[in-house]
Amino acid sequence: MKDFVLPDRDFGTPAAKSKQMVTLNIDGFDVTVPEGTSIMRAAAEAGIPVPKLCATDSVDAFGSCRLCLVEIEGRNGTPASCTTPVAPGIKVHTQTSKLKQLRRGVMELYISDHPLDCLTCAANGDCELQDMAGAVGLRDVRYEAVETHFRAKDTSGGANPQWLPKDDSNPYFSYDPSKCIVCSRCVRACEEVQGTFALTIQGRGWDSRVHAGARADSFLTSDCVSCGACVQACPTATLTEKSVIDIGTPDRAIVTTCAYCGVGCQFKAEMRGDELVRMVPYKHGKANRGHSCVKGRFAYGYASHQDRILNPMIRDTIDEPWREVSWAEAMEFAANRMKAIQQKYGRQSVGVITSSRCTNEESYLVQKLTRAVFLNNNTDTCARVCHSPTGYGLGQTFGTSAGTQDFDSVEDCDVALIIGSNPHSGHPVFASRLKKRLRQGAKLIVVDPRRTEMVEGAHYKAAHHLALRPGTNVAIVSALAHVIVTEKLYDEAFIRSRCDWAEFEDYAEFISDPKHSPEAVELLTGVPAEEVRGAARLYATGGNAAIYYGLGVTEHSQGSTTVIGIANLAMLTGNIGRPGVGVNPLRGQNNVQGSCDMGSFPHELPGYRHVKGAEVRAIYEKAWGVEIDPEPGLRIPNMLDAAVEGSFKGLYCQGEDILQSDPDTRHVAAGLAAMECVIVHDLFLNETANYAHVFFPGSSFLEKDGTFTNAERRINMVRKVMAPKQGYADWEVTQMFANAMGAGWTYTHPSQIMAEIALTTPSFAGVTYDRIEEMGSIQWPCNDQAPEGTPLMHIDGFVRGKGKFIRTEYVATDEKTGPRFPLLLTTGRILSQYNVGAQTRRTQNTVWHDQDVLEIHPHDAETRGIRDGDFVRLASRAGETTLRAEITDRVSPGVVYTTFHHPVTQANVVTTDFSDWATNCPEYKVTAVQVSPSNGPSEWQESYEAQASLSRRIAAAE
Amino acid sequence: MSDQSVTVARVQEIVAAHQGLEGPLLPILHAVQAAFGHVPEAAVPVIAEALNLGRAEVHGVMSFYHDFREAPTGRHVVKLCRAESCQSVGADRVAAHAQARLGVDWHGTTADGAVTLEPVFCLGLCACGPAAMVDGRLIGRVDEARLDAIVEEVR
Repeated sequence: MKDFVLPDRDFGTPAAKSKQMVTLNIDGFDVTVPEGTSIMRAAAEAGIPVPKLCATDSVDAFGSCRLCLVEIEGRNGTPASCTTPVAPGIKVHTQTSKLKQLRRGVMELYISDHPLDCLTCAANGDCELQDMAGAVGLRDVRYEAVETHFRAKDTSGGANPQWLPKDDSNPYFSYDPSKCIVCSRCVRACEEVQGTFALTIQGRGWDSRVHAGARADSFLTSDCVSCGACVQACPTATLTEKSVIDIGTPDRAIVTTCAYCGVGCQFKAEMRGDELVRMVPYKHGKANRGHSCVKGRFAYGYASHQDRILNPMIRDTIDEPWREVSWAEAMEFAANRMKAIQQKYGRQSVGVITSSRCTNEESYLVQKLTRAVFLNNNTDTCARVCHSPTGYGLGQTFGTSAGTQDFDSVEDCDVALIIGSNPHSGHPVFASRLKKRLRQGAKLIVVDPRRTEMVEGAHYKAAHHLALRPGTNVAIVSALAHVIVTEKLYDEAFIRSRCDWAEFEDYAEFISDPKHSPEAVELLTGVPAEEVRGAARLYATGGNAAIYYGLGVTEHSQGSTTVIGIANLAMLTGNIGRPGVGVNPLRGQNNVQGSCDMGSFPHELPGYRHVKGAEVRAIYEKAWGVEIDPEPGLRIPNMLDAAVEGSFKGLYCQGEDILQSDPDTRHVAAGLAAMECVIVHDLFLNETANYAHVFFPGSSFLEKDGTFTNAERRINMVRKVMAPKQGYADWEVTQMFANAMGAGWTYTHPSQIMAEIALTTPSFAGVTYDRIEEMGSIQWPCNDQAPEGTPLMHIDGFVRGKGKFIRTEYVATDEKTGPRFPLLLTTGRILSQYNVGAQTRRTQNTVWHDQDVLEIHPHDAETRGIRDGDFVRLASRAGETTLRAEITDRVSPGVVYTTFHHPVTQANVVTTDFSDWATNCPEYKVTAVQVSPSNGPSEWQESYEAQASLSRRIAAAE
Repeated sequence: MSDQSVTVARVQEIVAAHQGLEGPLLPILHAVQAAFGHVPEAAVPVIAEALNLGRAEVHGVMSFYHDFREAPTGRHVVKLCRAESCQSVGADRVAAHAQARLGVDWHGTTADGAVTLEPVFCLGLCACGPAAMVDGRLIGRVDEARLDAIVEEVR
């Protein structure tokens, strides 16, 4: 285990960005800093910390505590160093007899209204008030505390009206007003860092109190999203993690990477012994810059949840209870079965699914398992069901399957076009950074059938919300391009120099056809033509315009076409290759990017190189000493089809719950039930495990070393902070299984796996663990041409050479509404839950969202006699389920919406098996449905529940 | 319609009428208070949503100003100045008398709902202290007798 000395000193105020440097003198030392830096920060950079309470470098200077006073030669008075910018040549004194006296006086006042219970306080040893009392040499307090905020009873024994009880409503942190010094750091962090504006200072003067929400609100009922920014900013024990109250202060910290969404936030895992005390966002994490969301910051409890399985288990058939066995026995059992299947049904009868939640190294090993040990290409990953169209679309147009920017780029963006994504819920830390930019004046365009939280909120509002009908993305994107081309808003110089002009002319001719005009598609999309024209003009002429998109783009029968259309928009307007612009797919899971990079797709070896390429195969044949199958293998849906047909019999599925997350659940269940050996490698007995014969317990991200690659291609270190509870890291388990199959692998550390990846994959050629340690993180491609990695792609030219314009013909999906199924269902996610909820459902995040609900427009509800909170039946051509309805005008009439976080609901029973024409990415986002009142679970839910509880039995140890 | 939805509808009207102003929050709060005699709890989220603010922000602004009330007052409001200048000419005595006479503490409303007694810090009438304000009308040199007269008048 590695212990790090973390350079995360608090400089008091944010860094200035000016290129102009200023030299001043502080306490006799010359200091040179960028213009606009505060004196406080300049002093801190010179190693002279000025005492402070209300300043912290995550928020702007406020100047309320009056502790950071300094004297400047030739200037009157004692200005606050946090709010006073540096000036050339000034001489600053931070410690004079006058300042000492003033500071002591200020501290005396603070302490006179603060409880002196330091020894029993949760922040003991981690309290800035305590530190400052020491720093200013406070020795006694002359003021007698008569009226206070911290005593529950006044001096005569009556109740003290100024005393407020603790607010423990948030499951993760508590608010104790009696310890508050009203520095307002929490309020400012909520506003400036998170952008939620959930906190305020209530009242004035002596009555000033920090308060969440409106008068009657608590932290839980307010707008608070529990991101933890306020807790981090609090200098005292007023806002404290409950885990710190329970356990005590941590004694060391290890930097690691969050295992939730694709933003890839870095955290300090703060430990005491081998107990995780808290996760604190790491200031130098280049994706999150010191910010976090409720999932990464607080929802790690699943790693020690009682549901976690810690012993390998096997069974002969899926109606038997599980038997707990030794690792050796489980390996032997699994290997024998797989070998027997391959012998009986052929080499192609087994396959693997790699996980987007495991590390790059683990994904690499799993695909290597199928290619080098099973000797076929039957590997797929859950990117199949999310961003495979991104891979195809961006690969075709730009030449590589990845976002073009880093997240810092949003700070230079003037227009953000968000299509089919709700970063507020799915990628909250990115959303906070975007909202900050919006508050600075950037414009926002949202394309989404639903009025998501991203459309408007505290201090931002989209300039255009194109509330299209689900399934008409291509029509809208083409209409935007039509306006740009016909109104001549395109960037001719860029297109001529960076793209193929003839291809552009062909595309321009296609797109100029009046049938693509906003007016012509208005009937299809339901979006007023003027809105579309306004959005197109803004995107093309508003300055640096960046596109951020998510699964609302990809999970359609025309997902790949929309991605191509998006790439066309960026190329038309020249919004590629510099900060503030670009095309940015927001990845759903922590390592979707990585698992794709690692060759998890059946047609691609690591680094997106087709298996048909003999020279690429030769590299791996040499490295692995086997012959690689030149034919692409099966995709997940093909595996399931083949299983139903009887030709696919064995599956090793690591860290993915295909039964819950893949479309048309009944088909998935039938496919799994038809297999003879399903190996599930997971933390929990997930839904897929109900159909498994072998269960390998997995290790959490806290228990292993490795790397995750986030949505900006950033390879971040994942560091082991505790030993695996079940004995082995996931890569070790895969290796044991491969060796049981006769592979003879000898990796002793993931760094060796990365070395193999670097050796065989050009875009990773320069990546080593030492280099990542040194640089903090690396954005691929990292090789001889770009030894430091590549924050922005396509700067001087596209990866494929010239950018390629491709025609984007709109073809409506076959999933159509009709008299029996008149509504369109679209799906999404919510802030507090993550994906199928396997992790977040096992944390207290359920206080925010304990069941999936169906959002329905008041008009549609009224005609069906549905009231808010009613149990309703949601039926499609594929299946039906029941859940509760929420009546809201966030969705348009004719559209209903739900999430898929809970297995009891199983929204995917309803979704169909239509999929993207190019990549088979399922069409989750469009399903024709009918909604009707219901009084209980559907037949499927009941039979599924019965099967699941039968299947989850574990035989008692003998 | 329920009371709540009547309130919300009225607040929405007020918000719509002021939304074009620069810095519309204070004018809206004033107008709401003028319409209802106080700012109802249900108005806060409506205002917040319309102005793209957090509920907390509206609450923060509202609670900063003592004159924005969370609950309705009595039919009349008597404010007595509590600032130093008035104190030096007997405001404390008058205040105690007022509390005794009305049978209420600061911010209290008499049982018959007729009068609400409020402290206020400086009415700018220091030359004629102790000062009072009755339903927006300034009164100077308020001693016990004048206070009794005021109470008679408003009851």
